Parts: sequence; C-alpha cells; structure tokens
Amino acid sequence: MALVDYLPFVVMLVLAAGFVAVSLVASRFARPSNPTPEKLAPYECGITSEVEPTQRFPVKFYLVAMLFVIFDVEIVFLFAWASIFNELAWYGIAAAGIFTLFVLETLVYVWKRGALDWNVKTRSRYAREHFRIEEAA
Amino acid sequence: MDWIDFLIVVLRVVVVFALLLLVTIINVWAERKVVADFQNRIGPERAGPFGMLQTVADGLKLFFKESIIPARSEVGMFLLAPFLAVIPAFLIFLNIPFGRPITIGDRVIPLQGMDVDVGLLIVLAMSSMAVYAVVIAGWSSGSKYPLLGGVRATAQAISYEAAMGLAMVAVVLFSATQAADAPGGTLSLAELVERQSGTWAGIIPRWNLIPQIVAFVIFFIAAIAETNRAPFDLVEAEQELVGGYFTEYSGMRFAMFFLAEYINIFSMSALTATLFLGGWNGPTWDGVLPVWLSALLPFVWFMIKTYVLVFIFFWIRATLPRLRYDQLMALGWKRLIPGALGWLMLTAVVLGYRRFGLPWS
Repeated sequence: MALVDYLPFVVMLVLAAGFVAVSLVASRFARPSNPTPEKLAPYECGITSEVEPTQRFPVKFYLVAMLFVIFDVEIVFLFAWASIFNELAWYGIAAAGIFTLFVLETLVYVWKRGALDWNVKTRSRYAREHFRIEEAA
Repeated sequence: MDWIDFLIVVLRVVVVFALLLLVTIINVWAERKVVADFQNRIGPERAGPFGMLQTVADGLKLFFKESIIPARSEVGMFLLAPFLAVIPAFLIFLNIPFGRPITIGDRVIPLQGMDVDVGLLIVLAMSSMAVYAVVIAGWSSGSKYPLLGGVRATAQAISYEAAMGLAMVAVVLFSATQAADAPGGTLSLAELVERQSGTWAGIIPRWNLIPQIVAFVIFFIAAIAETNRAPFDLVEAEQELVGGYFTEYSGMRFAMFFLAEYINIFSMSALTATLFLGGWNGPTWDGVLPVWLSALLPFVWFMIKTYVLVFIFFWIRATLPRLRYDQLMALGWKRLIPGALGWLMLTAVVLGYRRFGLPWS
C-alpha cells in the first residue's frame, strides 16, 4: 500500500468542504439578512429567556467519556489481534482473552460502583449519603 | 501514476459524491412517504411525480432563507460545525465498495472511492469525527437546548461506538479464517466483501450474517444509535429539546446538518450490507448476459441490500417509541458492550477450535 492510495481521501475532503463552502456562500448572496435583537436571542419558545444557558458539561458525561477511552483503546488492540489471528493461533486467543477479562472486570467494577446508572439518585453511594443526611436532620 | 490514473481517482470520488447527493434526495422523500404510509397518511405528493422532488423543493426553499447567527454564539465554532458534520459523512461512504471492479482495457477500476488496507479503521475514525460536529454545534450556539442536545449526543455516540467496534472485530475475526489461500485477517472492505462470495452447500450464500447473527444485531442497534435515529433520537427529541443541537441553525447551515444525517443513514446501511450481507455479491450470470449488464448487476445487488436496511431504519422509526435517557445508556453499557465482548470471545474460541484443534493437542 502506497501513500498514493490515500489520494481519494484528500480529493473527497476538498470536494466536500468546497461543496459546503460554495452552497453557504452562494446562499449568502441569495437570501435576505435583516437581524433584529429578538431574532438573535437564544431560542426560548417565544418568550424572553430568564435563565442564562450554562456553559458547563455535567460530570457524568465526563465519566462516560473516560470509560469510552478504555474501551476504544481495547478495540484498537483487538483489531490488531484479529488481523493476525491465524499466525498467533491459541496464544493470541489466550492473550486477548486475558486482556478482555481485565476490561470486563473494569466494567463490572464501575457497574457495581453505580457509574453506569444514569440517574444519580439511584446510585447506591449517593443514595446512602442522602439517607444519612436525612437521618441527621 | 500518470494523469489518467489521477483522472480515474477524481472520477471515482465524484461518482461517490454524486451518488450520495442523489440517494439523499431519494431517501428524504422515501422516509416521508414510508412513514406516511405507516400512519395512514398520503405524504408529500405535490412536487414532481409522487412528490419525489419534495426534497429538492425543500432544499431550494432553505437556500433562500435567512441563516441566523445568534448573538450569544461562538461565531467561529458556530460556522465551523456544518463543515465538520458533512465532511466525515462523505468520507465514510468513500471506503465502501459498491460494485465489482470493472476492467477497461488493461486498467482494473474498483467501484469504490478508496481501497486501502485499513478501510474499516478509517470508517470507525470518521464516525468518531462526526461527534465533534454535534458537540461543537451544541456548545457554540450559546443556548440551553442545543447544549443539552450536544451533550446527550456525545455520551450516546461514544457509548454505542464501543459496541459497534466490538461487533466489527468479531466480523474481522470470522473473515480472517474464511480465506483458504490468502491467510490472515484483513481490514480492507473490498477484501471483506470478496471473502463473502460463493455459497455454503450450494444454496446458502456465504454472508457473515448467518454465522455472525449476534454481531449483526448488536451492530445494527449501534448503527441506529450512532446516526441518532428513532428510537435513539434523544439528541433531537422535539418534545424536550426543540431541535436538539441544531436548534439555533437555520437556512443553508441547517440544511447541511440535515444532509449529513441522511448520508449517515445511507452509509451505515451500506456498511452493514458490506460487513454482513455480502456487499455487492450476488449472481451475475457472466457469459450469459451482456457484459455491461453483468457489470451493473453487483451494483444493483448492493443497492437492494442497502435499501432493505434503510427501509428497516424507517420501519423502526415509525414503530418504536423513544427510549428514556437512562434506558439508552443502560442498553449500551449493560447489555450491548458485555454482550459484544462475550460474543467476540465465543467467536474466537470456536474459530480457534475449528482451525487449530484443541489447544493441548
């Protein structure tokens, strides 16, 4: 495989980007443009927005992203193993199996910790703390 | 590489590009018609025969509509997001072989945008890139609905991408043991299609669908979730989030997100057909039919398989109600990922036994 085999990728990149750019620019000359303050306000079902939009991501999304990194790295390793499956034979299956077991153990751990429960209130750890606070009060 | 080769490369890319625009026009119309039939309505019927030009009419309308840049938005990122949505959508389909290579003179022209040995990895990488468009669009709009939609989309897309990748590994593993003469696995999509040609016992086509049925189910569920389609369309749940991450987009910029979404549906169906349904494989009756018809038939088989899957996309959308967000995450992390890992190891052990015998013998 030579580097020239990737030429279509570059051609398509240029073509697609050019297509978007040309249609947006062409549309710019064809469409009206008369912004008013109301039009430029954030969408809020026709009423004036009272709450400022928060610009922060909730932490639980971050947790999912961290877990995803673990699995994505595993998938990349597994692709490498799958493409030389025949050469490695049982040695490869055993190695990939042990590796997968470790990743599965990670999954079981975060599962039991409640990291996979989306609704925070049902996470056992939070529920216990919440309960303790109620008891104290 | 002389200028004719270069011209052929450009021509292949332009064919893929034109094909994607054409199928988008058809798919938007087809979805509205199919869903309308499910709901006992008529659907679009005014523009063109059977309303087939409805998409063109809508596109023209959007072309002449004002495209607002909200006052609170991050302008640079806001303008960049449509590009990031459309470009990966085109680049995914670039890797998919849509017909048998044709021979003109002494040149063999693969009917595929790009044939490289890491095709599957590029597909996976590009479907990850598509998440950036959603996140950037949601965040840069400076409005709460797009932000929520963008954040939801990120968590959803990365959760299901893990399951999707694991299902792909199982397919690669299976096809690694399928080629008798060419040893080893392959990530080239053209090669994966090649290994699904022929039949078992003379009648059953050698599609990966049959031995890899579990991987197929996991992959297809993940594909629906990756393209943010119902019942996984929480990203753009109208009742909760107005329009999701593209709420603040209007005019031609909105049209770009729309285009990217429909290209992705088609690409994901085409990828499923390629990995599990034998791609362009099918009877071509070489020597019996005229040469041009035999060359055209693989493309027809590919389109039929892809459109069956596209129809299932529409069917599921018309049938199933939307999941709740915690159900969505639970399905991805607690069912599909452990299921895919288990299926992968089962595949590996069974294939190992069939190919290498018992490990201690």
